Amino acid sequence: MIDFDVVTLSRLQFALTALYHFLFVPLTLGLSMLLVIMESVYVMTKKEIWKRMTKFWGVLFGINFAMGVATGITMEFQFGTNWAYYSHYVGDIFGAPLALEGLMAFFLESTFVGLFFFGWDRLSRVGHLLVTALVALGSSLSALWILIANAWMQNPAGAEFNYETMRMELVSFGAVLFNPVAQAKFVHTVAAGYVVGSVFVLAISSWYLLKGRNTEVARRSMAVAASFGLACSLSVVVLGDQSGYEASENQKMKVAAIEAEWETAAAPAAFTLFGLPDVAARKTYAEVKVPWLLGLIATRSIDQKVPGIFELVARARERVKSGILAHAALQTLRADHDDAAARAQFEAHRADLGYGLLLLRFTPDPAAATAAQIELAAWSTVPNVPVLFWSFRFMVGIGMFLVLLFTAAFYFSARHSFQRNRWFLRLAFCSLPLPWIAAEFGWVVAEYGRQPWAVDGVLPTFLGTSTTTAANVWLSLAGFVVFYTALAVVELYLMTRMIRRGPDGLGYWPDPAAGT
Amino acid sequence: MLDYETLRVIWWLILGVLLIGFAVTDGFDMGVCAIFRFVGRTDEERRALLESIEPVWEGNQVWFILGGGAVFAAWPLLYAASFSGLYLAMFLLLIGFILRPVGFGFRGKMIEPAWRNACDWGLFAGGAIPSLLFGVAFGNLFLGVPFHFDATMRPVYTGGFFNLLHPFAVLCGLVSLSMLVMHGAAYASFKVEGDIGRRAAGVGKFAAILFAICFVGAGIWVFAGLDGQRIVSAANDAGPSNPLLKSVVLARGAWLDNYRMHGLLWLAPIGGIATALLTGLNLQLRRFGAALVASGLTQAAAILTAGIALFPFLMPSSTNPNHSLTVWDASSSAKTLLIMLVAVIIFLPLVLAYTAWVYRVLRGQITLEAIRRHAGLY
Repeated sequence: MIDFDVVTLSRLQFALTALYHFLFVPLTLGLSMLLVIMESVYVMTKKEIWKRMTKFWGVLFGINFAMGVATGITMEFQFGTNWAYYSHYVGDIFGAPLALEGLMAFFLESTFVGLFFFGWDRLSRVGHLLVTALVALGSSLSALWILIANAWMQNPAGAEFNYETMRMELVSFGAVLFNPVAQAKFVHTVAAGYVVGSVFVLAISSWYLLKGRNTEVARRSMAVAASFGLACSLSVVVLGDQSGYEASENQKMKVAAIEAEWETAAAPAAFTLFGLPDVAARKTYAEVKVPWLLGLIATRSIDQKVPGIFELVARARERVKSGILAHAALQTLRADHDDAAARAQFEAHRADLGYGLLLLRFTPDPAAATAAQIELAAWSTVPNVPVLFWSFRFMVGIGMFLVLLFTAAFYFSARHSFQRNRWFLRLAFCSLPLPWIAAEFGWVVAEYGRQPWAVDGVLPTFLGTSTTTAANVWLSLAGFVVFYTALAVVELYLMTRMIRRGPDGLGYWPDPAAGT
Repeated sequence: MLDYETLRVIWWLILGVLLIGFAVTDGFDMGVCAIFRFVGRTDEERRALLESIEPVWEGNQVWFILGGGAVFAAWPLLYAASFSGLYLAMFLLLIGFILRPVGFGFRGKMIEPAWRNACDWGLFAGGAIPSLLFGVAFGNLFLGVPFHFDATMRPVYTGGFFNLLHPFAVLCGLVSLSMLVMHGAAYASFKVEGDIGRRAAGVGKFAAILFAICFVGAGIWVFAGLDGQRIVSAANDAGPSNPLLKSVVLARGAWLDNYRMHGLLWLAPIGGIATALLTGLNLQLRRFGAALVASGLTQAAAILTAGIALFPFLMPSSTNPNHSLTVWDASSSAKTLLIMLVAVIIFLPLVLAYTAWVYRVLRGQITLEAIRRHAGLY
């Protein structure tokens, strides 16, 4: 019944389009905030240079914003095209934050973004600043709703399965809204976006200072980026995603996989700085550990254990067994809604229904599953350990480096000594791609680490797809790859072209003399 | 508190409001994109036409995004079955919708004619493809879509892409294309000064007449040539959202049942034809503001006409009509519908208010002289 080619291709397409979309989103989040800061200074001081800065960075913001919108549309509709069963199964809950995103956030952002570009001569200074601020507010609110939706996939609070409609239904909207995973994710992701924007401004301004061009704009831009970036990079690291990792079994499994912690260690657990996870042997070699650190990060205590993979798989095994009973009861209930015994059995085991569904990958009939198949299903709850282990370390490593970079930038900015420290300018320029790499790794940790679940403990990913053909998905996947690659080339070309011309090359934007 | 049945009808109406909001606002964006390449003869003229929509199209497009989100939240079965079933059509639509932001964002950044031409054709595709596909999609709703559900409620689509191009669906595609071109032309004639506006008005007149002919033609086809669907099992309008529990029969002309039962509903299709002709007339008389208003009303009337005909069906199935999705068995839970309704009541008026403010700030005609003055913007 399940076409695993479609599953693999759909996952690949989702990952590629999401990772691609996530190249533009963080920069939109960060740059919009920086535009607000720059324009606020302009409104307060009335110095033209700050208006010029706002306009210049605004042009780059515009190119990036177009790409963010273009790639975001794909995401909004891909759940329906490629993940139809997922959409049916959890749409009652998951659809709401997506719709609210459109209603409360994306409308705000998109309605005012046009005025940002076309409103300079039509609005008062304060009026235009208000417009810019609403664009920034809209993008951050947008992130909030999307992360509430995403957090529900990580920790599906406030919902229950309804056998009459064969889907999850909303029980408590408050639980969805105030999901602890959502709060942790929002702060972490939005702050990361602000860091991306700050590094972007810092790196490009460094390039101008190295070239000795646009120094007035560049120095001021660097000062803004340095202080904003320092505050945000500290937030990203301190308010890491981990605070939400206690919320559910899958999140615990994610921590164990990130740490490649096979056996539960004594509390407080050590953090593995380096190691070589071996999935086949279920061991990690050559570990270099920092005592206490993991226990502190993951449990915020020194006496709680961080469960290891073996322990979590053992728990999953029990839940698979319980899930078999839930699944069997569901078959009876579907034929006869009034069967009291089946209903009682279902009520007792409903929380584990998703674990029962995991078996469908190994046998069409979970009720007849063998011990070996149950074992396979239990071990299928372990995500790809080496990928998570290394993605997490690259992400954190870059995060730490960026804190240092912004600390130095802040120091030089306070002493007005950027131009005397050319090594730093070169370093800052070379750091340009780093926050994107970290952000993409962050996505991998969060979403690849969620596997095998589409919705943690509720719906396995392989069940979520549409009943389309592999040929269809090949076609759309190839189409997206070709089309997106072409767009990326054009976008990078335009960005570098605009940056090379710089604020002076553009003159005051719009510039009659420039001719373009 | 509102009961489940009422909530479902309200959400059917909200779906209509979102579609109408989309057609009335983003409709003219798509229409202008579809015609600006032909109406504007020089780069300057094309820029004038594009600048009439550039500051607003982004916000307008959110009606479509929100429509998608609202279908997901309120009609998850419809979202799942329609988007996965119409897989390649949706892919084409997405490409169209991706081309627009990119075309607008990139066009002005380089001056080379080849670059501008490429962006122009991208924008043309971004306007014309969706305009055509929306009608094709509606046409397929009347024809029925080849899908059913398996026992676990997984939607299974058994058609291919070219099944969607039934002659009736293509006619409906012409209906929507001519309707949106008319709307875009009316908007451009209102918003852009001089010859450019007048040329747009010429296109608009032609589109208005084409729309009226195709619209009437599609209506006759629905009456005489198509089997409509009718629910024959006992009503359970507040029952669980499970589309496998009802019986549906096919009958020639059954899509007009609602009109037969309530004569007043005929106002929708009649209004659609009348306002389209009024649009043409006003364009002829160079009353461009009045033409734009009339054309906006056409959008609403045409969408209402289709919605009323299909009600309570949302997406009829041609292969197993009993599995057709209806207002009564494809919605979210009452709780989700209620919460989302509260959100709509609070935020939709807010959206309308700030959108109106933005249009007010941007009021006034686009002149070639202004385009020359800020040559840098494109």
